Amino acid sequence: MAETEAETKSVTSRMRQRPIVRLGFLLISQSVIVSVICCTAGVLALLLLPVLAMNTYISENALMPGSASSMLSHQEILEANKLVRDIASLTSKPAGAAVESRGLIAQYMSNLGAEVNYHKFHPRSNQFHPLHFFSGPGSEAIQDNFSCSLYGVNTVGIVRAPHGDGKEAIVLVTPYDSVRGGVGEALSLGIAYSVFSLLTRVSWLAKDFIWLVADSQYGEYAPVTAWLRDYHTPVFGDLSSLNTEMCDENENIFKLKENSIPERNISYTFRHAGTMAAALVLKVAYRNEHFEDTLSIYAEASNGQMPNLDLINIVNYLAVHRQGLRVKVEKLWSLLEYKWLRILGEILESLGKLAKSLNPDWKFGISASDYVEGTATLASSLYYQALGVPTGPHGAFRDYQVDAITLEISPKYSFNNKDRRSDFLLQGGRLIEGIIRSVNNLLEKFHQSFFLYLLTSPGKFVSVGVYMIVFALLVAPLPLVAASLYADSNDLNPASRKDKKPINFDDLGGLLKSWKWLNSVKRVFVVHLWGAIVSLLPYFISQICDYTPTTNFLIWISLSMLILLILHQILGSPYSHMREIHSQEGEWALLKSVTISSLFIGLSLMSVINFATAEIGALLIVPTTLMAYPLKLDIKARSLRSLSRMICNLVLGVISFPPTTFFLLKGVLEGFKGINAGDFWNWIESLWAWNSATYLYIGMVHLPCWVLCVHILLHSC
Amino acid sequence: MANRVLSLLIVCQVLYSTIAFGSVLDIEKEDEEFSEELLLKPLPDRKVLAHFHFQSTAPPSTSFGRHHHLFPKPISQLVKKFRVKEMELSFTQGRWRYEQWGGFDPISSNNAKPPGVELWAVFDVPQSQVDASWKNLTHALSGLFCASINFLESSTTYSSPELAFRPDLGNLRYGTLPREAVCTENLTPWLKLLPCRDKAGLSALMDRPSIYRGFYHSQRLHLTLTGSGLEELDSGIVLEQTLTVVLQPSSWRTGKSYVDKAHSQPSWSISSIFGRKVGGKCVLAKSSNVYLQFEKGLVGELKNLQKENANPETNKLASKVFLSNLSFDLSVNPDKVFEEVDDFHSKSTSILYEFSVEKYNGSHPLDLGLTWKIPVVWSCQQAPLHASRFLMGSGNERGAIAIYLRSTELSEGLKKSDIVDQSCELRVNVFQVVPWYIKVYYHTLQVFVNQQSRAVADIMEKIHVSPSKDKTSPGVMELILKFPCGLESAALNLEFDKGFLHIDEYPPDANQGFDIPAAVISYPDFHASMHFSEDGSLDKSPMFSKFQEKSLVLSYTEILLVPLTTPDFSMPYNVITITCTVFALYFGSLLNVLQKRVGEEERFLKNNAGRKTGRLSQLLSKFSTKLRGKPREPQPSTAVSSSFVSFKLILKILLVAGIAICWQYYFG
Repeated sequence: MAETEAETKSVTSRMRQRPIVRLGFLLISQSVIVSVICCTAGVLALLLLPVLAMNTYISENALMPGSASSMLSHQEILEANKLVRDIASLTSKPAGAAVESRGLIAQYMSNLGAEVNYHKFHPRSNQFHPLHFFSGPGSEAIQDNFSCSLYGVNTVGIVRAPHGDGKEAIVLVTPYDSVRGGVGEALSLGIAYSVFSLLTRVSWLAKDFIWLVADSQYGEYAPVTAWLRDYHTPVFGDLSSLNTEMCDENENIFKLKENSIPERNISYTFRHAGTMAAALVLKVAYRNEHFEDTLSIYAEASNGQMPNLDLINIVNYLAVHRQGLRVKVEKLWSLLEYKWLRILGEILESLGKLAKSLNPDWKFGISASDYVEGTATLASSLYYQALGVPTGPHGAFRDYQVDAITLEISPKYSFNNKDRRSDFLLQGGRLIEGIIRSVNNLLEKFHQSFFLYLLTSPGKFVSVGVYMIVFALLVAPLPLVAASLYADSNDLNPASRKDKKPINFDDLGGLLKSWKWLNSVKRVFVVHLWGAIVSLLPYFISQICDYTPTTNFLIWISLSMLILLILHQILGSPYSHMREIHSQEGEWALLKSVTISSLFIGLSLMSVINFATAEIGALLIVPTTLMAYPLKLDIKARSLRSLSRMICNLVLGVISFPPTTFFLLKGVLEGFKGINAGDFWNWIESLWAWNSATYLYIGMVHLPCWVLCVHILLHSC
Repeated sequence: MANRVLSLLIVCQVLYSTIAFGSVLDIEKEDEEFSEELLLKPLPDRKVLAHFHFQSTAPPSTSFGRHHHLFPKPISQLVKKFRVKEMELSFTQGRWRYEQWGGFDPISSNNAKPPGVELWAVFDVPQSQVDASWKNLTHALSGLFCASINFLESSTTYSSPELAFRPDLGNLRYGTLPREAVCTENLTPWLKLLPCRDKAGLSALMDRPSIYRGFYHSQRLHLTLTGSGLEELDSGIVLEQTLTVVLQPSSWRTGKSYVDKAHSQPSWSISSIFGRKVGGKCVLAKSSNVYLQFEKGLVGELKNLQKENANPETNKLASKVFLSNLSFDLSVNPDKVFEEVDDFHSKSTSILYEFSVEKYNGSHPLDLGLTWKIPVVWSCQQAPLHASRFLMGSGNERGAIAIYLRSTELSEGLKKSDIVDQSCELRVNVFQVVPWYIKVYYHTLQVFVNQQSRAVADIMEKIHVSPSKDKTSPGVMELILKFPCGLESAALNLEFDKGFLHIDEYPPDANQGFDIPAAVISYPDFHASMHFSEDGSLDKSPMFSKFQEKSLVLSYTEILLVPLTTPDFSMPYNVITITCTVFALYFGSLLNVLQKRVGEEERFLKNNAGRKTGRLSQLLSKFSTKLRGKPREPQPSTAVSSSFVSFKLILKILLVAGIAICWQYYFG
């Protein structure tokens, strides 16, 4: 309809235009169809991703995982077992166990001839600094008053490579809570110790090896960050360290055995090794696995950064092909039970079979169960990347551009089974040895394989080249629709714009009319300003008052509403007369056009920072924004089409409001029973505490767009 | 006749032999000498230091011109050609651990070297020719030692220190290659310079697998000119070749538990650490000795243990000779025992056992062994400060180099002794070379003393900085610092920006990062020297006369690895592809515009439309006009016919597609 009109109008004006320009005009004039096609294709492509996943392969040839036979022998395992027993016997008597176990580990390390030091740190709770959000780690000034009682002590052992030049280092972290440490943590110490003692006598070690026993009584992340901060950005003129020394006066426990010389070497002097090549975090947990010993890999660091895929590949390769472990990556378990996903999987499977019967070379079909598993893994991979919160202590390393992953080994048998314990230690130790040997072979830093990828299983991945198609398809209609809306509201048909170009500048009304989009821009800007203020509010709320999350959440919402009203009154009024004069039916279209443009800019920026967030965000907000149409007009029209559009608009408007999205997702994934209004506050708080860019995205792109959409829906035209 | 001939022959022989005898006498007079020595020393961390010292001297003589009997000819040619006054070249693998192996004795300050290759040379040429001589020298050495020393030729790799590194020597050039891998192919040419190679004498001990298995391996070549040096041939040359290895006696971990064995020292013998025995001396060597040194700390500890165990009378007897069978056993009785003469009168002095190799031969080899009977723990003598250097910051944009100096026992002792006079100072020289792509901002130098920020001017005595020039010269920083004696820790902090390299300046392994060579920290107030035995019997030994010289206490810091931004090296390909595409598009459309005649084309189209043509061609022309954006001639019943045509067309297309699928299915 609009097409034929446009065609009849522009028959004369189509004299000389280039095909590409005409193609652009065609797309703009057909923007409705284009946007429907693109959005559907985007969602379909997202659902197809598990099918398109490729098998992982080791890209860097220098790694050579598993090419050398393991050197870890029963001698080391015996020693490690002894350490585990000693620690277990210490934890049974709680008084002073923390200090003693620390001393014990350090003693074991230094007996091997390694350099040992303690690293004292003050656990610093994650603080939201609105002004340096993106600034690097360590730049925050330390201004807290430390109390002597509240500190943790990491134990660090360094094996210097006998032939190496000490330019590079490999780090192994074992979180160990010296107060409440369980058998699992003792076992992880045992595995690390067996590897450590092996590495003190091998001749192939080319990079220094650092074993960090992180004191995890204040969380697993804090000790690792503190150590890394002191490693990379030590503060020399720092008086707080003097304070800690003064605290130390009271503690003479360390000085008890100072008469023997090896213990004099265990000091608080911070020791450095070279540039870190890779880091592993090792944990042992008993998960009551029924089938096999399993290994879980956690890789997501802050803001969706991932370690190089090669690191995951070598772990996966060695665990599966050498040690016979079952490797898992995180999944959204509830997705496995969905019927529709299974049906979709079956459809895809039969399609794949059909394609295979047509041509045996077409191998894109995967089995339905694989598809469902792949989707669950992909969804969790996407979710954790989008969240921007690291999934383990390895996240701290990524802030310093060090590739790191967390490995969690869970044995089949319980820890009390003493016979299995040495086997378990041997298996874990050989795995770690293999990984370290492989990284040790590396001449250059990890750079060969992918950094941007989503995992669909430990051995399959979707690279950035594939999953960005989804985002591109979702975002592509935005500029088209914006352009077409602008053209429509200005009565400028793209094709006829050239003829009308000379605007009569004498006519003030015409001039104002051609500039009326500025009014909409101003309004969009005001709403985005409001978004920025709203995203700053939680900081002040948490600073000023100390209520429950639910009240905080309610305060936040009411404050935001109040500010929106005030802004509307203050900034909306001076130009309101103009709006009244030139108020016409095209006004909402202009507003929508500007909203869509700003959304496009926001999403594109976000895709650079955190792709997964942009992808999920686009999935939610793009249909909402594209659909937005004043309800009043729909009610007037009273056709089936307008009715369905109205319903769609209402549903989308509700879904894409961030809190409802959160509660809906939580309800779907975990059940609607335990949902509390404070949960959203907690979630948001965790986002800003971890400096996640997702928080900024929600506050400054998503929420303003949603408000503008609601504004368009309720527009009085 | 025959008689005559015979007598002539005899006369000739006699003549010849007298001449030969005369020449032998000449050599003895001229004193061209070679000597070999080996020093063994147990280290606190259950390792053994082996220090080989070979010295060849060529006397200052014009008598035999270009010919030598013992002295290696390539070296003398090198000296004559490039007029080298003094030179030192070292190949090192592994790091010297100053904390465990000591940093104050002559061995550690002369033979502890940074990993890779280090070369410095002093030339006896006018200032303007120094660089040229250096370049030629690097090439010559590169060929001589099978190493890539020729990379030191580029002006970005070497520097000429003035203040902090051997300041009294003059035309000095200094360069290092931190990434040079050291291997047997460097050792073989080095051994070729010895008169006996590794076929006889002490050098026969150098079993390649065992000396390269060690924790530290440094081969060094030092040559100095002796004599007046005014005339070219008037100066003698002293060539000193040392090999320092730190080895791990293999039998140390046979016990059941490491914890129990923590303090016990391993027993070792020459055959257990080298896998060979000393089968006699090199016949060309003037002297050939093996020494076993027990250093100060160890001797003190042993004396303490002895006091606990033995009654005071035997102790008094033992204190002089120190041949105790209580704590350790030597498998061979030493020929001589020396005690260090100490200026400081400290409570214990180091002890030296001498074993002369002359007594031994192939059937009766020397296999010196040391067996410990009781566990003993001691520590080595440390340099005044322990220096470590590390990088700060992360990311690809900027960073900082920090040098951290920490006091050791020696400076703590200093603090106590000199607490009376306030003017006590500890002088430290720092010499650091930084490649040009690490753009150091020297004005950002910060000094922290005992964790408090201090003004640089308070600490600095002298500074000499030559900032780097892009692609021409490295940045050199030389500092002479003076710290107060109560120093516990000091930190120097320099910020830098990471530069960009041109695509063809990247090495093949660019993603490994780039090295900053080791900095040299020296202490001008301290000198490492050892004096043994007043009677002067050791003065003949070249190694110990070297030890007696006052040498600067000097230590090297770690090499640093800076990750720089590296491009994706497939990028040039992408750039070429996209540029070509853009050019093709541009020229294509330009040609199109240039050759098209608009009026002509329209007339042609009009003619075409006027003619009655087939439906397909009509459709095609319609399609083309639509694409070109020209007004079409209105035609009757266009809509109907076109829709009909398109329906038929779709049918045709479907038919073709069906045939294709069938074809694929049955024959594909």
